[in-house]
Amino acid sequence: MNTRQRNIDFDTPMIEMKDIVKKFGDFVANDHINLKVHKGEIHALLGENGAGKSTLMNILYGLYTPNSGEIWIKGKKVEVKNPNVSIAHGVGMVHQHFMLVKPFTVAENIILGMEPTLGFNRINMSKAIDDVRQISEKYGLQVDPEAKIQDITVGMQQRVEILKALYRGADILILDEPTAVLTPQEIKELIAIMHNLTEQGKSIILITHKLKEIKAAADYCTIIRRGKRIDTVEVRSTTENELASMMVGREVSFEVYKEERQAEDVVLKIENLVVEDNRKQEAVKGLNLEVRAGEILGIAGVDGNGQTELIEAITGLRKIKSGRIFINGKDITNKTPREVFESGVCNIPEDRQKHGLVLDYTIAENMVLENYRKEPFSNGIRLNFPQIFSFTEELMEKFDVRPRNKDLKARSLSGGNQQKVIIAREVTNDPDLLIAAQPTRGLDVGAIEFVHRSLVDQRDKNKAVLLVSFELDEVMSVSDNIAVIYEGKIVGMVNAKDTNENELGLMMAGGGHNGSEQ
Amino acid sequence: MEVNSKKEKLKSFLINETLILTLLSIVMGLLVGALIITLSGYNPLEAYRLMLEGIFSQPRYIAWTVIRATPLILTGLSVAFAFRTGLFNIGAEGQFIIGALTAALLGYFLELPAILHVPIVLCGSILAAATWGGIVGFLKSKFGIHEVIASIMLNWIALYFMNYIINQPGFKRPGTEASFDIHESARISIPWMREVLGPATKVNWGIVIALVITAVIYYLLFKTTIGYELRAVGYNKDAAEYGGINVNRSIMLSMAIAGALAGAAGAMHVMGVSFRVSVLAAMEGYGFNGIAVALIGNNNPFGVILSAFLFGGLTYGGSKMQTIGVPTEVINIVIGSIIFFVATYRIFRYVLVLFNRKKLQKEVQ
Repeated sequence: MNTRQRNIDFDTPMIEMKDIVKKFGDFVANDHINLKVHKGEIHALLGENGAGKSTLMNILYGLYTPNSGEIWIKGKKVEVKNPNVSIAHGVGMVHQHFMLVKPFTVAENIILGMEPTLGFNRINMSKAIDDVRQISEKYGLQVDPEAKIQDITVGMQQRVEILKALYRGADILILDEPTAVLTPQEIKELIAIMHNLTEQGKSIILITHKLKEIKAAADYCTIIRRGKRIDTVEVRSTTENELASMMVGREVSFEVYKEERQAEDVVLKIENLVVEDNRKQEAVKGLNLEVRAGEILGIAGVDGNGQTELIEAITGLRKIKSGRIFINGKDITNKTPREVFESGVCNIPEDRQKHGLVLDYTIAENMVLENYRKEPFSNGIRLNFPQIFSFTEELMEKFDVRPRNKDLKARSLSGGNQQKVIIAREVTNDPDLLIAAQPTRGLDVGAIEFVHRSLVDQRDKNKAVLLVSFELDEVMSVSDNIAVIYEGKIVGMVNAKDTNENELGLMMAGGGHNGSEQ
Repeated sequence: MEVNSKKEKLKSFLINETLILTLLSIVMGLLVGALIITLSGYNPLEAYRLMLEGIFSQPRYIAWTVIRATPLILTGLSVAFAFRTGLFNIGAEGQFIIGALTAALLGYFLELPAILHVPIVLCGSILAAATWGGIVGFLKSKFGIHEVIASIMLNWIALYFMNYIINQPGFKRPGTEASFDIHESARISIPWMREVLGPATKVNWGIVIALVITAVIYYLLFKTTIGYELRAVGYNKDAAEYGGINVNRSIMLSMAIAGALAGAAGAMHVMGVSFRVSVLAAMEGYGFNGIAVALIGNNNPFGVILSAFLFGGLTYGGSKMQTIGVPTEVINIVIGSIIFFVATYRIFRYVLVLFNRKKLQKEVQ
């Protein structure tokens, strides 16, 4: 798949990180890591969450100082004390969360901090716009310099971030999880842009845990596991499975095994649902949906098409403007979260730290977030801690939450283990409808396998599962049926077995078969 | 198992660290006070000796320290409780006033045997102050008005409302700027202690009641479903709502309980010490000092007790420094510095971290 001409100049190393050690207290985040990136090379950094890849890049960018080790940029030893030093040496970083001023134009954002000026500190805006046009043409990153950030797509915003780095003279670009927010088409475009940049002699370090993108984009890949460099491999001659097992340290499977089964009665029924977002704009606009027992229904769509509002409306966290929602034939429209929960709906929330957990509560306290008032956890007034503790210990064992210490605050768990706490709690409630929103966001391969297994188990117990995810691969491999959401409506309904990425991608962008109904 | 014991160690270390840093802040505050005393031309050792003598040298002095500390335990607890549930109760002052006023009214106008009179006065005052605090919670949950703004305004309303009520004929003792004294049956004095310590000492049951209330609040906060809900809302409103907790009701309940605590302080001050309420030009500061007490006590119910005693001791014993000419304002500087150091002990923490980092670096090399 990665058949392009390579542009690597092996005689010119751009980045050399030698024997980098970084400790946080007793925890060794980077344990003698070496990394070498040449001119024109796309080098992927692969590792599970918390493996230390972001730490390494933050050291290179000057956000952390290493305990020991050396950094060489363009053949010179550099002490990267802060980002100003790294920027001056031609290192640019595009963060996962964009750092753009939304009401400003593209050009204004790109020149921010290094504005070309006329006399009396007046900004030379026409020169700025020209400059932006020039570099955007040079590197094949088409943008409209005069458009406002708030009016352009996420993919475009990412281009602006890349241009920002290039405008500051970056020769080495660090891209941190750049595809997390993009549609499949946008991902293809980004990869093309990256190849284009290497032709111009730029080097790119790509932080990711998506193997497919590494195969499609990178030349070399350094795998980091638990702070140690496992290996650096040529991507061309390594399979995805080999990469995955190096990352996790054991064999992993990508397939979600599930047996055929017939969906039964309708559990969730949504009729003409209209929901407003926080700015009082309609985010869900007359949506209809049914989920049946024994079925996993996946909702595919790009972030921001009403998914969040839809889930909040079902779970009672957001008021419904019009339309109705039924669980097993019972109307739950505009009921409180507790009433919805009592009707048999559980939710693995999109933002696990905001909604799913009280981070300053212990694991044990979090395990009873919905059930603390019920027997045996309390008699209605007094909490029965021995019962809460034994329940927690049982679930931690069953769902393999690590470390196995119920008294730890949820805050101190890794993302994967936080998610396990939530899943343990929600699945144990044995709901008729389980809603899983972005259940694997930020999780590594091993944890993803576990989450998917839990969803399929739930379906096999003849429960209904509603899966909302921005990862198309996930929706396609886990779901039985897929509904595509676009601008607050379901624009297409397909069987997961009979569809492909292109068809879904097209519908997600608003060009679906049922999408032209209005 | 190994992980367990390691984490336990870490946990106990952190708790101790907070305690150590608080003690360190107190020492630093006293040092700043010593510096000021020296600069004013007095001997700091002599001044502090007088202060300590002023607290401990006679049983009578100890009693006065306890009397000073009693309302501070409750107002401190009021602020700490609100903090634990995510709210800043700057309205303890007003709630204290409402509690005191209600106690004076019920204590004067009702005529009952003591066994009924005391609990009725206490419960009535607590109820009134809980309502006063609840108003703040209601405004916040219903209209989104920030509790700090609402409670500051209610402080002034409480003050002038009390002044207005005192001035009503039938309640105001003629020729004074105060109300009539409450009946003996509504007082919580301990007469035999008074005989031991001297007639001027107003020893009362307040401290016992305050300690009992503190234990009840601790139990409520950490052992019951109500406490679970309130703390969950304080830590993370969104997760609490997701878990089915009624966030608005929790905010109202939390402010009402905070109000009740400050009101109890006001009631017991009237029932045990002042026996009347007086027209005030400005606030007395029991509620505001409660904020400082809560802060020094790390918002922990038992920490609050210790910090209230520290506060009571410093203000009572500190006044004795006047005998060699040291102005009492010095003691306010000491208290202010302690609070400053407690609030900024992040600085110490940072120094600790820096120190550890240096050590680590050495190990690596």
